[in-house]
Amino acid sequence: MRRLLNTLYVTLPDVYLACDGENVLIKVNDEIKFRVPVHNLEGIVCFGFAGASPRLMHLCCERGVAISFLSQYGKFMGRITGNVSGNVLLRRTQYRWSDDEIVTTRLSRRFIAAKIMNSRAVLHRVLRDHTEVVDNEALERALQLLARMPAKLEMAHHGDSIRGIEGEAAHLYFSNFNQLVLNQKEAFRMLGRNRRPPTDRVNALLSFLYTLLTHEVVAALESVGLDPQVGFLHRDRPGRPSLALDVMEELRPHFVDRLAVTLINRNQITAKGFVVKENGAVIMDDDTRKEVLTAWQKRKQEEITHPYLEEKIPLGLVPYVQAMLLARHMRGDLEDYPPFFWK
Amino acid sequence: MMVLITYDVSVTTDSGKKRLRRVAKQCVNYGQRVQNSVFECLLDPAQFAELKHRLESIINHETDSLRYYFLGSNWKNRVEHVGAKSGYDPEGVLMI
Repeated sequence: MRRLLNTLYVTLPDVYLACDGENVLIKVNDEIKFRVPVHNLEGIVCFGFAGASPRLMHLCCERGVAISFLSQYGKFMGRITGNVSGNVLLRRTQYRWSDDEIVTTRLSRRFIAAKIMNSRAVLHRVLRDHTEVVDNEALERALQLLARMPAKLEMAHHGDSIRGIEGEAAHLYFSNFNQLVLNQKEAFRMLGRNRRPPTDRVNALLSFLYTLLTHEVVAALESVGLDPQVGFLHRDRPGRPSLALDVMEELRPHFVDRLAVTLINRNQITAKGFVVKENGAVIMDDDTRKEVLTAWQKRKQEEITHPYLEEKIPLGLVPYVQAMLLARHMRGDLEDYPPFFWK
Repeated sequence: MMVLITYDVSVTTDSGKKRLRRVAKQCVNYGQRVQNSVFECLLDPAQFAELKHRLESIINHETDSLRYYFLGSNWKNRVEHVGAKSGYDPEGVLMI
């Protein structure tokens, strides 16, 4: 199994990234603030206006380290990566499959079934652990309805009906999301999922974490040689990493939603850490963003037993494992794609 | 695995000074300088073999010495730091 390498997050505004031999340097006013050997990294994520020298970009491309640029608020702007690895036959299979209605519906069902079961598991857990404080009736009803959805998915025969079931499940899940929040209930109340811009604190937090997850999944897909832009459930749109969004579906509940809830319930982030803009958009302040990034990094190092491989791996490698399983399925080494189920 | 590398290069001659610089440069490329001639390097076995080979082809085996301490993957329990310049944890959160 591959080693989980570290990601360097650059959040200071006025820094310049350069390189010295095999080291990544972070400079502030020409003074070296930090240096780390490039072989310890697998990604660099820059927030705000960090600059990078072409020489560093060269080094990172050569070593397969992706540099992503995000706006100050965590919106994805672009990334620099080296050659796409893997082989052209694999990508051709991917393109052919994405045009094949039968294959796309089959794979879409896998992604969405796993997403529904994983979100169900999140709800189930809060019902089990906090029976006294949550609305048992509502949760139990949601759990029952969600449990029926995979069977419905099997009957769905084209993309639109799958997207319909997904929307229904997401609505059911997010309408019960407030139940997961046990502390600071008032400040972190969510009125359904919204984005661009997020208009409440929970949505701001979720959107930020989903952006981080996208960075990881795109990198994972690229590292096994798949094209992150050609998806099965998500259709092509310029600049949209559709396949990454497909694979993310099954990871969202466990990776992001639970982390967000934990941060709120442990009071690690508070209402004061968010700023409301004139247009109603809610964004995080710098300290909160750092707190979230730290929690995210720690989360990635937690060990889990992968349900399909039955092997102990850090959570941060799960996107890579799923990408690898998908590639194996496309090469014909695996009968079907086993999505990630959280137990 | 974490490898601690320390070296002693004789600098009585000009070629010795050159060797010292070259050894230091290789170590900087692979790890973190924690003290003047002490480096902590987080490496996989292949990277270690590479670095070892490079270093050993630079030094003069008559006058200089290298020591490798293998701290394994559970190295955090084996290191304690006191005083200035505490360094960073290459497996921890890297945020600037």
